Amino acid sequence: MDYDTLRLIWWALLGILLIGFAVMDGFDLGTGILLPFVAKKDIERRVVINTVGPVWEGNQVWFILGGGAIFAAWPPLYATAFSGFYLAMFLVLLALILRPVGFKFRSKFVDPKLRSFWDWALFVGGLVPALVFGVAFGNLFVGVPYGFDSDLRLHIDITLLSLLNPFALLAGLVSVAMLTLHGATWVAYKADGVPGKRARAVIPYAALAFAVLFTAAGVWVLQLDGLRITSAAVADGASNPLLKTVARVTGGWWDNYTAHPLFWLAPFLAYAGALLAVVTRSRPVLAWVCSALVPVGTIATAGLSLFPFWLPSSSNPDQSLTVWDASSSKLTLEIMLGCVVIFLPIVIAYTGWAYRILRGPVKAESIMSDSHGNY
Amino acid sequence: MAFFLEATFVGLFFFGWNRMSRVAHLIVTWALAIATNLSALWILIANGWMQFPAGAWFNPDTMRMEVSNFMEVLFNPVAQAKFVHTVSAGYVVGAIFVLSISAYYLLRGRHAALAKRSMTVAASFGLASALSVVVLGDESGYTAGQNQKMKIAAIEAMWNTEPAPASFTVFGIPDLKNHTTKYEVKVPWVLGLIATRTADMEVPGINNLVETAKFRIRNGMIAYDALDKLKKDRGNASLRTTLKVHVDDLGYALLLKRFRPDVQNATPAEIDAAAASTIPDVPVLFWSFRFMVGLGFFFIALFAVAFWLSAKRKLDTYPLFLKVAFWSLPLPWIAAELGWIVAEYGRQPWVIEGVLPTALGVSSTPASNVLFSLLGFFVFYSTLLVADVYLMVKYIRLGPDETLGHSVGE
Repeated sequence: MDYDTLRLIWWALLGILLIGFAVMDGFDLGTGILLPFVAKKDIERRVVINTVGPVWEGNQVWFILGGGAIFAAWPPLYATAFSGFYLAMFLVLLALILRPVGFKFRSKFVDPKLRSFWDWALFVGGLVPALVFGVAFGNLFVGVPYGFDSDLRLHIDITLLSLLNPFALLAGLVSVAMLTLHGATWVAYKADGVPGKRARAVIPYAALAFAVLFTAAGVWVLQLDGLRITSAAVADGASNPLLKTVARVTGGWWDNYTAHPLFWLAPFLAYAGALLAVVTRSRPVLAWVCSALVPVGTIATAGLSLFPFWLPSSSNPDQSLTVWDASSSKLTLEIMLGCVVIFLPIVIAYTGWAYRILRGPVKAESIMSDSHGNY
Repeated sequence: MAFFLEATFVGLFFFGWNRMSRVAHLIVTWALAIATNLSALWILIANGWMQFPAGAWFNPDTMRMEVSNFMEVLFNPVAQAKFVHTVSAGYVVGAIFVLSISAYYLLRGRHAALAKRSMTVAASFGLASALSVVVLGDESGYTAGQNQKMKIAAIEAMWNTEPAPASFTVFGIPDLKNHTTKYEVKVPWVLGLIATRTADMEVPGINNLVETAKFRIRNGMIAYDALDKLKKDRGNASLRTTLKVHVDDLGYALLLKRFRPDVQNATPAEIDAAAASTIPDVPVLFWSFRFMVGLGFFFIALFAVAFWLSAKRKLDTYPLFLKVAFWSLPLPWIAAELGWIVAEYGRQPWVIEGVLPTALGVSSTPASNVLFSLLGFFVFYSTLLVADVYLMVKYIRLGPDETLGHSVGE
């Protein structure tokens, strides 16, 4: 297989893994965000927590897999993003660590105050990652300051405050609205009784908030500087970001949509998913499938808009990492692709099996009957 | 893949009791156990590569190491030895935990039948694990003797090459200033046998290895010079040939980056300083290794006694043994940490042995950020540790019946 084809495949694969993460871990982050609001009494909260109790751990692996894929297939991107967004990642990690601890410790304490403390910990554990991931995506459009020396050693001048620019914060809100919607359809499906009903009532508001924020972000992008490669395109050359030139073009992130009208399917999918989730909210499983389309469409919209750029550099635009100059070696991409082709279907098969075993709503009675076995 | 299997099945393992048949649950349990070991395998293959970067080459166009032979990466002898050594150490941690908590119940006279049964399992499993930790640790020593001679010399505080077979220093005080070890107590032959598995091969000493390093640094400077010129003249075939001839020592030239950016112009004094920087922290390694090995032999003895007592059905007759077993609880963690120090601190100044110095491997993230996150994690994890220990102690005191809410068959 050609090096450039492999790079395209791995660009798409990383997109699929990030979408997998947003769809799978997204609903349990959303469930965390909704927890204090859709469930008031202790037993209601236990019902909501136990809707994600057995699956959040497996879902979170999509995040590790996405990180692993960046590490293995796009090493310069990994170095730049993970070092550059260092404190943001630290925040995400702290929030994510709160979740397993919250899940496992909460039911082991009897004191209602301690239980309430862990409930809010789970809320933070849902909100902060959802927000920060959105902020990170927003910064891809704004660009971050970094560059390489002649030995290809990376130099970064990113600070946490510079990451919190207005556009990135808007993107963070898009992400929070999207995952709250996705969490609401999940709780509506899985939680028996009052919490499920409350979650169902949240669906229209979350969908509306998403649509408004997503549209605002799209319009804002027209005012931002996009990048365009101006040197001869070498799609199968060495992964060395020092060999090209780049121009800044206001509104340039819309170029791909002007050139390929089919790309409009991606944002359409996001809107359609949100709308259909509202329409089908009385049929919970269907509504969950519809709200899953929202992250699919949203992430695809962002990816197609930025292509072939990964992470634009605001200080050295010529050195911005792209699909053509930030990949692993050809051999690595080949071996990894082989692994993905063999193992991803197996993973999806047994994940599906696990969800089949755990299907159906979580009831208050079943939690009380095995109070020690449940969270 | 392994993480996925582990994380998905751990949910089923805890929540699936009433939702699937007993056979299905057993399969899930096994899949979970296998997946955990697989995770460890992949992690240690990565770590093994950092100790001995097999199956990779330096690509001057991308300025990085790239895979040349995946099988060599996978079947890296260092990684294999490390995997079994580390996983067995994990088994020892688990076995001592069970042994120690069971001893606690026996000392208090509670859950005696369950505690004795648990102890028997822990003793036999632990004995096998502890034996394999030591045997496979020896295998690790052998592979290090092949590939990381400086690490072995530093662990032994052996400054000068001895006539083969080298002796093993049981005790001594390493003197860093004069490059000698005082008050040595030596066992002849042992080190030579561990590190080379022959009676006639030499184990090189630290001073001799520093001389080798100087030679390799000079070689590496030629490689770096060619590489630097290649940046402006990418097609030049003769420069590529020069680089290829000396590329194995390129990493040694990079040791000079601490002193100057244009390493090809280094002075003899800088070369000497860079060569001296290849010596890891001798006393720390010397003592970490000795305490680790001592603990390893103690675990074998402890499990052997437990095994013998359990075979004689006398597990609850010797309170002294039970007390020793209980207070051994933290020891396997300490041994594991010491092993980690020997493996990782012993590799300094390299992050990838012979290829990338640690000083160049760090990112340009400001030190203040790293300090902030380190302190943050310290505070955060300490808080969690308090909650965790509180809960563990609570459930250990409660005992198995009250914890699970139903009687455990006795």
